[in-house]
Amino acid sequence: MEELRVTAKVENLDLVLDFLNTHLESMDCPMKAQMQLDIAVEELFVNIATYSYAPGTGDAVIRVEKDPSGGMVKITLIDKGVPYDPLAKEDPDVTLSAEERQIGGLGIFMVKKSVDDMYYEYKDGENRLTLCKKI
Amino acid sequence: MLNITKTAEGSALTIALEGRLDTTTAPDLEGVWKEASDGITELTIDLKTLDYISSAGLRVLLSMQKTMNKQGKMRVTNVSSDVMEVFEVTGFSDILTIE
Repeated sequence: MEELRVTAKVENLDLVLDFLNTHLESMDCPMKAQMQLDIAVEELFVNIATYSYAPGTGDAVIRVEKDPSGGMVKITLIDKGVPYDPLAKEDPDVTLSAEERQIGGLGIFMVKKSVDDMYYEYKDGENRLTLCKKI
Repeated sequence: MLNITKTAEGSALTIALEGRLDTTTAPDLEGVWKEASDGITELTIDLKTLDYISSAGLRVLLSMQKTMNKQGKMRVTNVSSDVMEVFEVTGFSDILTIE
C-alpha cells in the first residue's frame, strides 16, 4: 500500500495526481482507467480541499493499493473534516439542456461513473471514501 | 498543464486546447474566454490535443456554451474517444455541438 499525506488545498492537486499516476503506471493500469481514476480523485480531493475543513485547513490522505489478485485497484481518500457522505447526494439530471443546467453538481456523478464500486464510512473522526476499479 | 491557442478571424474565433483541462487549468481558459468573447458569433473549440477533462473543465465549456447560445454558435471539434466518453456519461454530448 502506498500513502500520501498532504495539506488539503487545491494547490496540492497536482501532487496528488502525480502520486496517483506514478503508482497506477507501476501497476500497468491502462490509460483509460487511469484517466477515469484521475477524474474521480480530482473531484474528491477538490471537494475535501474546498469544504471539509472550511474555513480552516487540515490534512488529506490518499492511499493506493492493488488487490492481491491483481485485477483491482483500491484508492482511499481520508480526511478529518466535517462528516460528509458524497454518495448521499442525488444524481444530477444529465438530460437537461445547457440553459437548464446548473454550473456544477456533476463532480460526484462523474466519480460514480468512473469507478466500479465505491463506499463511504465515517470512523474514528475520519471521512473515508474508497474507490474500486478493475484494471 | 494546458496550452491555449487562439485564432481569430473577424467575429469567428477558434480556441485550441492542448493538455489537461482540470481544476488547476480551467480558470486559465475562463480568463482567455472572458477577454476574447466580446462580439464573437462563431466559436470553435478544437480538442485535438486535449488529453483530459474533469468537471471543472466541463463547467467552463457549459458557461461558454451558454454565452454562445446568446450571441452565436459554438462547435467542438476533434474530440478524442476518452474525452468523448466523459461527454457521453455527463450528457454533454447532447448539450455541445460536436463535429
